This record gives sequence, C-alpha cells and structure tokens, in this order.
Amino acid sequence: MAERKILLGNEAMAYGLLEAGCTLAASYPGTPASEIVGTLAALKRSGSIAMHVEWSINEKVALETALANSYAGRRSAAAMKQVGLNVAADPFMSAAYTGVKGGLVVIVADDPGPHSSQTEQDTRQFAMLAKVPVLDPLGPAHARDLLHTAFDLSEDYEVPVLFRPTTRVCHARQDMEIRPFRQDQPAPVFEKDPARWAATPKFRFLLHKQLNEKLDAVSRDSRLQPVQLNPAVSAEKAAGVIVASGAVCTHASEILKDLGLWEEIPLYYAPMPFPLPEDFLTGLLDQARRILVLEETQPVMEAQFRDRAKVQGRLSGHVPREGELLPETVEGIVRTFAGLPEAAAPKGAAAPGRRPTLCAGCGHRAAFFAIRKVFPRGIYPGDIGCYTLGLNLGAVDTVLCMGASISQAAGFYHAFRDSGQNSRPIVATIGDSTFYHAGIPALINAVIQGCRFVVVVLDNATTAMTGHQPTPAEGNTLDGRSVPKVSIEDLARACGVRHVSVGDPYDFEAFTGLLKAAKEHTRDPENGGMAVVIARRPCLMDRKQPKPDRKPVPAINDKCQGCGFCITHFECPALVFHGKEEAVTVDDVLCSGCGVCAHVCPHDAIEIPSQPQAGKESNHS
Amino acid sequence: MKQQIILSGLGGQGVLFVSKILGEAALARGLSVLMSETHGMAQRGGNVISHVKVFEREKGKPEGERDAATDPAWHVSPLIRPGHAHVLVALHEEGVKAHGHFLSPNGTLVCNRTPRTGPGDVDATGIARKLGNPVAANLVLLGFAAASGALFCSLDDLRRVLEKLGGPRRDANLAALEAGAEAGGE
Ligand code: SF4
Ligand code: SF4
Repeated sequence: MAERKILLGNEAMAYGLLEAGCTLAASYPGTPASEIVGTLAALKRSGSIAMHVEWSINEKVALETALANSYAGRRSAAAMKQVGLNVAADPFMSAAYTGVKGGLVVIVADDPGPHSSQTEQDTRQFAMLAKVPVLDPLGPAHARDLLHTAFDLSEDYEVPVLFRPTTRVCHARQDMEIRPFRQDQPAPVFEKDPARWAATPKFRFLLHKQLNEKLDAVSRDSRLQPVQLNPAVSAEKAAGVIVASGAVCTHASEILKDLGLWEEIPLYYAPMPFPLPEDFLTGLLDQARRILVLEETQPVMEAQFRDRAKVQGRLSGHVPREGELLPETVEGIVRTFAGLPEAAAPKGAAAPGRRPTLCAGCGHRAAFFAIRKVFPRGIYPGDIGCYTLGLNLGAVDTVLCMGASISQAAGFYHAFRDSGQNSRPIVATIGDSTFYHAGIPALINAVIQGCRFVVVVLDNATTAMTGHQPTPAEGNTLDGRSVPKVSIEDLARACGVRHVSVGDPYDFEAFTGLLKAAKEHTRDPENGGMAVVIARRPCLMDRKQPKPDRKPVPAINDKCQGCGFCITHFECPALVFHGKEEAVTVDDVLCSGCGVCAHVCPHDAIEIPSQPQAGKESNHS
Repeated sequence: MKQQIILSGLGGQGVLFVSKILGEAALARGLSVLMSETHGMAQRGGNVISHVKVFEREKGKPEGERDAATDPAWHVSPLIRPGHAHVLVALHEEGVKAHGHFLSPNGTLVCNRTPRTGPGDVDATGIARKLGNPVAANLVLLGFAAASGALFCSLDDLRRVLEKLGGPRRDANLAALEAGAEAGGE
C-alpha cells in the first residue's frame, strides 16, 4: 500500500508541482502562501530535487523569472499571496497576451477574513481583468491533483493559469497517498518570435484577439466543467440550486447533508470559476427556479450570469458582501434559501481574545521604545512584517503595503515642510526583507526629492513573520552555492544617503545615541539630509541564528507601584500586570533574558541581577 | 464524523504541535483527518485555534482515479461550526472564553487551569514545571485528555506517535504525556 502522509495544503501543492514536472518555482513569502515554496526550498536544501527554487526579491521578479523559464518550454510556477499579485500585476497582465510555452501556473493565495492581509481582494477578479483561467481547489488533496490539470491546461492553450487557494486550503492538513515526483526535465528550447515575445502595440492587438479565442475554448474544456456533486437530484425538480467553488463548497456540502437537504438541493462545484462555460450558465438559468452562488470573496461566478433575476449571492445581498464565509455563515444562508428556520446556534466568542504582540525579547520592541524616546512627537509610518505590531507600542502610525513606510514618510515630510512646519520629526520603520522588496526605489526617491527624515531598518536577518525565509544578506543560494551578500548599509549609501549607522537595539543607550545623531543629521542646515539607522538584532525565533547571551531574568524591586508603564509602552509578554498598586512579575518561561526592560521603567523598579544564574528554572520560586 | 476537536491556546503554546500529534494518531488508526490551523500574525502571542476532524476513510476508487465529484473525503469542510465540537482542549483558560462557543452542549471540555473548577481541569503548566519542562504543558494536557477518555484515540496511540517522532525531546515529551495521563487517570 502506498505511504500515506498528512500534508499541509501548501505542502500538498508543492508536491503537486513536483509530480507535474515543474522545473522552476519562484516566490516571495507571504501568509497564507509561504509554505508552498518553503516546502520546495527545504527539499532543495537537502539536495533531493532538481527544480530551481528561489525566494525572489519580490513577486514581480518571481513571476518574470518563472515566465521566461516557461518561454523556454519548461513547466514553471510562481507563488505568492493575493497582495503579492498587485506587485506582480504588470508582468501578469502582459503575460496573458504573450502566452506561454511550458505550462505556467501562478499560485495566488487569497485570505478571506482577512486573517493576515491588508485586503480581502479576490484573485479570481484579477483573472477576469487579465483574461486568464483561474482554478479554485476544494482542499489540500484536491489542490495537489488540480495542479496537474492546471499545467496541462496552460500548455494546451499556451496561456498562464491562475491557481487560487484560500487560507482554508493553504492551512488545512489532510491525509493523502504519497506519489513519486516526475524526474524528466525537458531541455530548454527558446524559439525566437519577436512578434509574440516582444510584441509592439500593433501586434498586441492580435495577441489580445488570440487571448479571447483561447479563453472561449478554455471555458468549454471538458476537464474543468462544473460538476453536480449530488447527481441524484435534478435541477428542474428542485426548488433551487447552489453553485459553489473553493473551500466554501465543502462547507455547503457538509451542511446540506447535515440539514437533510442533500437529496433536495443540487450542489454544483465549479473547479474553474472563470471563465464559466456559456452552456452551463444558460442551462442553469433555463432549468433552475433559483440559483444561490457561494464563493469567496467577490461575486465572480455570480457576475457571469447575464440575467440575475433568479440569482442570489453577494450582488443581490443574500450573501454578506465582506468577510470569510465561515460554515456557520453558510448554514444561515442555506437555511434561508431552503426555507428552514434559523439555527439555534450558540453565539460567538464571549471574549474578544488577545491581540498579537512581538515576542518577549524581540529586538524590534527595543528599537520601537528607543524611537519613541528620541522622537516623542514623531510621525511613524510603518510597514509590513512582525514589526507592524509596533502599533501596540504607539510607534507605528500608518501601514499600507510593502515598502510604503519610506514613500509615505516622504509624503508627510512634504506636507509639513510645505506648510512651514519643518519641526515635526518623521521616522519610518521597515524590516530588512521589506526594504529589499520595495524600499529601495522609495529611498532613492526620498533622497532626490530633498527629504529629511530618519529611516530605521529593523534588521533581524530574516523574513520572520512568514516563517524565517532568507534575505539577500545571507549570501547563499538554496542549494548552498555562495553568492555575493547584498548589504543594507551599502545599499543605503548607494541610494545617496550620507548618514548611515548600524547598532544593536539591545545595547539601548548606544542605540539611542545613534537615533539622536540621525535626528541631528536631518536637521543640519548645511550638510544634512536623509538618515538611515540599521537596528541589527537577529530574530529570536529563527533557529538558524546563534542564540544570544541570556542575561538573568529581571528582578522587580519594591519601587514597583504597578503604574503599568512597562505594560502599555513596552508590552513585553513576559511582564505580567496584576493591577494598579500591585508589583508586576516576570514570567520566567516567556522571558528571553534580553535585559531591555531595565531601561524602560521610569521608577527604576526593574533590575537585572548581576549574578548570572545557572539555568532559568533556578530563578523560579 | 468520528470526532471533532477544537484545540485552543495562545501563540507559542504549541497548539499546532498537539494537532499534528492527534493527526498522526488518527492516521495510525487507519482513519482520515482534516485539520485547520492559525498561521501568521496571530501566532505572535494572540489566540490560536486548530480544528481537527477525524473520520472513517472512504474506500472508494484508488486516489489517482478520483475526481472532485466522486471523492467524499474531498467534500469535508476544514472547519467545525460553533456548537459542533465534541471536545475542546484549552491550553490556556482564556481559550474557553475565546473558543468555548465551538463546544457542543454534550461536548467535553479539557482545560489547563488552576485552581480546578471542574473534572476537565488540570494544572498542566504546574505539572510541566515540576518536570522541569514548562513548555511541555501542551503534552501534559494531551495525556490528561487521553487518559480521561475524552479522545478518539488511546494514550497508547499517542505514546507510539511520540516514540516514532523521536528527536532530542523524545524522552521529555513522553514524560510529559505520562505525567498528564497520571493526573487524568486519578
Ligand atoms: S518572530 Fe522574531 S521578529 Fe517576529 S516578533 Fe518574534 S522575535 Fe520579533
Ligand atoms: S528581560 Fe525583560 S524585556 Fe527581556 S524578555 Fe525578559 S521581561 Fe521581557
């Protein structure tokens, strides 16, 4: 019997790529997509696969790289989260016109909810915009299989295929049989065809026409027609039918069975929500009395019905216009659709729950505290990563999208300078990986526009939030070849910044000094300008980094009055508040021994004992 | 559906690890599993939840010949609806407030809490501390849940999973599981 394994949806998709003979996979990490290429990267590091795998600098570069490999006749994939496709929108739109040779599958993970994203955008609408087919898998095991079809489709019609799992597919785990990976890798063949690969606007019109024809043919492809999951019941006899795609379809299927409606309401699953075949749409409009469309997160299938008098969904207001379609939400919608009474379901959570916070001992926390101290009246444009959580510390005022901290800081600078208020200090914070991804053009722009503000690059030597992917500072490819390290300080100088410094935020006094010097530089009327301070402290959760020296767990002396300052302004999870007038305590399991909190208490109540202790348990009474 | 379990805790408590152990135990019993977990920002100290569904494996067509229309395993929802969980395992008592509504009225609650408020409570953190391994409270609680008969699998199943998993923490993991089981078997 074949071996069975429990695979995370993203792992299953990585296996699907390998089984389908994909030869190149490129990605920039982002929740919920990170583990797709993460799985491949681990296999690549261990030398078990031939495929070229890379963590690219950003999604645009990833997609362009994968596309050229496909021009050379080899199966390729790019993977990213939904907002990553915004970054890669330019090559994506154009690639639809040029088409592909080797199959190209662009896996874009959506995040209804949203759980870990700035928007709930629906990548299937991107597919409509670009006019490429999009597949919407049910769950992990199905996603693995559907990827094979995606590659076949892409090659048969020479068109890129979007593959759109949602968080519930990416981050579900399911047992499945393990299959061998395809070993043969076709030799690259690049046939020059400038009218296609380098088409000028005149030829682009022709390519657009061809794309339209491809799309019509794809919509009729027998492999991806909507299927009725409960064929025993006929659409003509039923009071209504449901059309669903993705994980929502599994909720619908389970709920129909639970409510005894499996034999009453036909349920259609559409593996390819765009383009839906015309025959299916008109056939259903003919036969069905009412059509309920369940999909995430925007009305993509619903909008393809030309006559929507019978159609219920997000456009008609029968399905909420925002938010994840949780099974309990789907149950409510299905009950109403079927004329059943509302469920006597228990209400939601009794408590709002805990908000996330930076880890105990995270270097970012120290850096943020120092920034607040040196720039008390500052405006703090922030960016995307663990350090977005600087929000909790009042050290992040704006979060927009990757790299925007620097350009938004520039915008604030112009706003205040132009109205004569030169004195409002502005400090942008951006992580190392985000700086490489999208911060560099913004920094050059700030320099050439004569801006004067401080950029603090929070350099933890990794892409922490998404699971510790390497950055360009590492100097190694995944298969262990050494390549030049690209240093942030060199880049900052090359961008034209004349004041660049590097410090360790744990070394609190010295780091505060660097911030003050940077502040002076932005104010120096003669030689001043932009300043970059690199806060260098490896992520504590990154197993690849050496463990820092632990200081003893702090002791709280009797000066502690329970004022709560360290809790609200520093928020180390290892400091436990017990109410006003009670001394705080230290949770020795969580405390990492960074020693920074000693600099935080305004009453000097937190001390780091000078005697190092043998183990962390010995401090516990 | 054989059993639907909600695991709840705070980021860093090892909710994911416990759900993986349960998944392996199901697999070893020839059952199928579908689980949903929390990733990303919430893992940094926020409330974390795992949905674990364990069910009989359908003996249909061989996997390669299946498609979406024919494979019932592919039609299982990855999420448990509120009021439908058979068991709620709370690694932190805050989990009861945050995720208690998932538990069915006839469901079983297992909670890491001290002082105890009911038969499902155990001071897993305290027990783990005594073992000198405070981060293993998750396995103490798991051992407790298995020994008190709340789970689809036996304590022995879990032992075997941890043995097979091995690694440098193997013995410490097993010790934590046993200590929890002892508290559960009382
Ligand atoms: S994972 Fe690393 S960077 Fe992120 S909060 Fe924790 S210590 Fe900080
Ligand atoms: S030393 Fe202080 S700031 Fe550092 S982890 Fe421990 S309690 Fe938190």
